[in-house]
Amino acid sequence: MWVEAAVATLLVASGLATLVAAIGLVRLTSFFQRMHPPALASTFGAWAVAAASIVYFSALESRPVLHAWVIPIVLAITLPVTTVLIARAALFRKRQRGGDVPPPLHES
Amino acid sequence: MKRILPAPLLSLSLFALWLVLNPPPGAGQVLIAAIVAVALPVAATPLRPQRVRIRRPWVLLRLILAVGRDVILSNWLVGRAVLRAGARPPSAAFVRIPLELRDVNGLAALAVITTGVPGTVWSELARDRSAVLLHLFDVDDVPAFVEHYKSCYERPLMEIFE
Repeated sequence: MWVEAAVATLLVASGLATLVAAIGLVRLTSFFQRMHPPALASTFGAWAVAAASIVYFSALESRPVLHAWVIPIVLAITLPVTTVLIARAALFRKRQRGGDVPPPLHES
Repeated sequence: MKRILPAPLLSLSLFALWLVLNPPPGAGQVLIAAIVAVALPVAATPLRPQRVRIRRPWVLLRLILAVGRDVILSNWLVGRAVLRAGARPPSAAFVRIPLELRDVNGLAALAVITTGVPGTVWSELARDRSAVLLHLFDVDDVPAFVEHYKSCYERPLMEIFE
């Protein structure tokens, strides 16, 4: 009973985080603003689902089932690769077009 | 010893990772985990330009807790700002932060932290690694944020990696 309540709460919280992330993608106007909300899904959303999975399967099998924690860790390690790549590509394109972005950092 | 185990921490993490992913841990799994833990770091040595040295485990632990707290706080703030974006657009801005951290592994860890916190996006690192360009989603007090970024993330990473 308590386990089910905890798992349900975690799953709903994760779903809300992911929903807000999606709303942000739709509603925000500029590219760099839209880079932020998906992090809600990949941090809190992923953590809550992993925690729910650990709680549920540990209770079901009556022993600690921890391997879902690997998902948030590997997500955290690999996400910067794509995020930095996209951010740099966007900066490059905006500079080419003379957009309102800061100049390259190398001369400083 | 160094030839067989070039990266003891990596070996230990691989060993633990294998056992966590393949329950229940019997003798066979322990043997495969040991083989993976010894063979993979040796095979990956040419890919790792600098040896990773972790100096102060307790600083690392404190950093992980601080980052966890900041990620959850930032999730809340960004989520709220997204839902209010119609009435009050977020004050997004680029910020240039001068860096003292030079170690590549430390900078990689800093990039992981910056990407993990929803309110910040790591946009560009200067070629000489002297500064980083961040995009902030909704920060009113930029000098206070820079101070927080340097004291909470960069300085602990310098203590750990340098």
